[in-house]
Amino acid sequence: MRSAAQALLRYSALLSQQASRTSAAAQAVQAAACLSNQRWFATNSHDIFNVHRHEAHNNWDTEFDFTDANYEKVAEVISRYPSNYKASALIPLLDLAQQQNDGWLSLAAMNRVAKVLDMPEIRVYEVATFYTMFNRSKMGRYHVMVCGTTPCMLQGAKGIYKALKEHLGIDYGQTTPDGMFTLGEMECMGACVNAPMIAVADYGGGVEGFSYSYFEDLTPADTVAIVDTLKKGGKPKIGSQHRSKAEPAGAVIGGKWVPSKPTPEQMTLMGEPPGPYCRNLDEVPAAQAPPAPPK
Amino acid sequence: MQGRSVAAAARQLRRASWLQAQRGLSAQPAPADDGMVEVFVNGQATKVARGSNVLQACDAAGVDIPRFCYHQRLSIAGNCRMCLVEVEKSPKPVASCAMPAAPGMVIRTHTPLVKKAREGVMELLLINHPLDCPICDQGGECDLQDQSMVFGSDRSRFTEVKRAVSDKNLGPLVKTVMTRCIHCTRCIRFAKEVAGTDDLGITGRGRDAEVGTYVDKLLTSELSGNVIDLCPVGALTSKPAAFTYRNWELKSTESVDTSDALGANIRVDSRGVEVIRIVPRLNEDVNQEWISDKARFQYDALRYQRLNVPYIKGEQGLQQATWPDAFAAVAKAAGGLKGSEMRAVAGRLADAESLVALKDLMNRLGCGDLRVEGGSSDFDADVRSSYLFNSSVVGLDAADAILLVGCNPRLEAPVLNARLRAANLSGVPVAAVGEAYDLTYPVEQLGEGADTLDKLLKNGSEYLKRFKGASRPMVIVGAGVLQRADRDAVLQKVHKLVEKADVVREGWNGFNVMHDAAARVAALDLGFLPSPRARAAKAAPKLVYLLGADDYSEADVPADAFVVYQGHHGDRGAARADVVLPGTAYTEKVGTYVNMEGRPQSTKTATASLGDARDDWKVVRALSEVLGAPLPYNSLEEVRRRLADVAPHLGRRDAVEPPLWLNGEYFKAFAEKARKASTGGEPLASSMPHFSAFYQTDSISRASKVMAKCIKARQQPVPGVRAASAGM
Ligand code: SF4
Ligand code: FES
Ligand code: FES
Repeated sequence: MRSAAQALLRYSALLSQQASRTSAAAQAVQAAACLSNQRWFATNSHDIFNVHRHEAHNNWDTEFDFTDANYEKVAEVISRYPSNYKASALIPLLDLAQQQNDGWLSLAAMNRVAKVLDMPEIRVYEVATFYTMFNRSKMGRYHVMVCGTTPCMLQGAKGIYKALKEHLGIDYGQTTPDGMFTLGEMECMGACVNAPMIAVADYGGGVEGFSYSYFEDLTPADTVAIVDTLKKGGKPKIGSQHRSKAEPAGAVIGGKWVPSKPTPEQMTLMGEPPGPYCRNLDEVPAAQAPPAPPK
Repeated sequence: MQGRSVAAAARQLRRASWLQAQRGLSAQPAPADDGMVEVFVNGQATKVARGSNVLQACDAAGVDIPRFCYHQRLSIAGNCRMCLVEVEKSPKPVASCAMPAAPGMVIRTHTPLVKKAREGVMELLLINHPLDCPICDQGGECDLQDQSMVFGSDRSRFTEVKRAVSDKNLGPLVKTVMTRCIHCTRCIRFAKEVAGTDDLGITGRGRDAEVGTYVDKLLTSELSGNVIDLCPVGALTSKPAAFTYRNWELKSTESVDTSDALGANIRVDSRGVEVIRIVPRLNEDVNQEWISDKARFQYDALRYQRLNVPYIKGEQGLQQATWPDAFAAVAKAAGGLKGSEMRAVAGRLADAESLVALKDLMNRLGCGDLRVEGGSSDFDADVRSSYLFNSSVVGLDAADAILLVGCNPRLEAPVLNARLRAANLSGVPVAAVGEAYDLTYPVEQLGEGADTLDKLLKNGSEYLKRFKGASRPMVIVGAGVLQRADRDAVLQKVHKLVEKADVVREGWNGFNVMHDAAARVAALDLGFLPSPRARAAKAAPKLVYLLGADDYSEADVPADAFVVYQGHHGDRGAARADVVLPGTAYTEKVGTYVNMEGRPQSTKTATASLGDARDDWKVVRALSEVLGAPLPYNSLEEVRRRLADVAPHLGRRDAVEPPLWLNGEYFKAFAEKARKASTGGEPLASSMPHFSAFYQTDSISRASKVMAKCIKARQQPVPGVRAASAGM
């Protein structure tokens, strides 16, 4: 378990980053409350505060506007919804703004979205603070998120966390000094069958270069290798590190990949399964023949 | 969206009942479908209007349902779960505020299941609520405290640590202790729906959710103080009154607000000689349950700048004096003067009693030069319907097209603006001629100058057609128009429009004047206006009597005149005066004020008058003795009888007497005069174009430190805080 001291450390580090307007006393009170709490925050949002604190790079004077190319995307997103429900486009637009803005939403970015959608700013802040995938403070290029839900935990997520923490020298919510990695925790991302896993968001390339990849069946060594490859500008293998998909070929046990072949008595499916079959996901779908023109 | 439709439904209902009352239908036997549904509350059959919810049905049956988030004037949130009841055939307890009452529903409110459910809710609400009731200003009148007496446990099962939330800075009026917030979202809904300044919200989620503005921001509404009343716990309390009282020490006096012409009903809470706070009193016909920030927070001025002894100007300016000396000084100055050499000017806060007394006294002295400040001295008040809010304030709920002429209701009468906003939200179009102001709802701007009215009058004007097509169109003329030099010409155009668009029709008078001062209507009702001879007179008066007049025009008070100032605050008038006679403020006297719709209401004595100050009509009465023209009344009853003699409707308190509509003929008659006075093209401006005029309107609000702080907060935000939008 993370200790209270760790919590305080993370907290005070973040506080010192903040060029915040709150008096030191108020911060101390908050930090103390956090410490005595002996627990993490209720959500694993990257951000500690659910209110805005001015920082040198994030205040009223910071500017944000969508690029022309992204404005086209904005128009496309808005066109999906009826004109009197423009606010429906809020989440996709915040996502777009976040990708354009190096992975986080500045106050200016949220205000811009409010303006584009013609809605009160506070309604945008409400949504941006509610969803943990919106970051409201500066991010590293890669957001490395460790899954912390039961299946991954059972399969060794803690070891993954420890390896990353030691290798990168940062804890959850922190960013490496070179601005490459931010470490975070996530709840189940639906890849439990290949637990443990991490997700890595790449905010380095703006909207075009954005990617959000899963790395599964991880051992601590795999994880470190992935991070190192990313650091060198390489492209680590996406998906399971040890099998092609989720076929019964082994599992991570005790921080090691243990291949296995199921014995016949472990198998229930002995022959060719009767159809209908799934389509082959790897196959590029043949272009659909245009419907014959009516005569 | 849902909130809006609920509000719209409620409006429909209200409108229907209003129409019924207008047509005198209410006494007829109910038709088969009377729009009611029958439900059974604890076995008792109860009828409620269709569209009501279960909670309203229980209220109608006289069964009290505890609640935190539900508020009859806000949309339904259904998030506190305190109002749980049992409904037959429903497997789970039901949140009564969010459940529509269906015909034949069987509702039980006092079963063990209900009790247990509410106890569970209460336990969860108290988990993160601090135990600071002993130092909380809400203590003693807190919904959470009261209801925990019934549903609270005597011990806690919660062994973890309570959360803490940082306090928000919402400006100089509302103090926040956000750890106490129970997330009922009433304040958020109020800001969004009633005030129209959508700045509050819930940020974060789960245990970390907090109510606030996210960024440091002031509540830029003129109605912001109402969130203090709405907040069911002590999260939002009054900043100026923080830690100064416990509510059970206070003596409550039901009174009337005089800070604007709406005459909002208020309760003045006092302790000893001090007014501790002012809160609204429910009056559906006037202010519902809201009051403006000025009405609520200007009371601190009752301690500052007070005139509590008479003063006489001597070698070194004003010197304290005794009543006999002050009266003697006035008598000496008035001694050699003819009546025609005197003038009386009434201010914004004068009560009807002192107005009639002063009028009688001046008339007895042979003086006919009576005027109200604000430049409407040549206004013709012969026809009452030409200066009243004829549709009445509730009539606003029935209007279906509204045209504003040169007014800014948001600042001139913020509570009325909330009603206008509600009308607009339910689909009533609002258009305006005159300067554009941010009224918190969309307004169709037709043009700025009076020439716009000409354009509207032209045949084929598209707006006129629309306006005429409405079934209850409404024109609202601002006080700023009455103060213009070309008033008659503008008003004539307005009347032409009124006639062309049939604004006055069977059962509906849609011509309205919105005044901006509490004393105005009473002064006009009582004929506190110059006589024709005084109007024609050229000579400057030698003695000017200012009855609380601080906004007099320089022309009204010649430089060499002897000035008597009677009032309660040392302001511009007192500074100019040769003799100062101390009067009483609205919280210290029983006085009649007539609101813009012509409703006479009475203030009550909440605290004793200060020092040697006396009720204004008594001062005039005493002075009349010294001047050798004694007035024939010695008690309040006698003055009020005199009031009723002069203007009979002033005898019928709290009631609105719809005036006869004579404007049409009348305005035709002085068409000649109006034609001569040409209208310029300059914009029709409100008498309160800027928020500083709202916060500092009269001698009371100008003396208030809290009001000054409000202006400062809006003008120069603390570094890092964005200024409120520049215009407002
Ligand atoms: S501050 Fe008060 S009114 Fe606002 S949500 Fe919290 S408890 Fe409700
Ligand atoms: S538990 Fe980790 S992906 Fe589901
Ligand atoms: S009053 Fe019904 S849920 Fe709050």
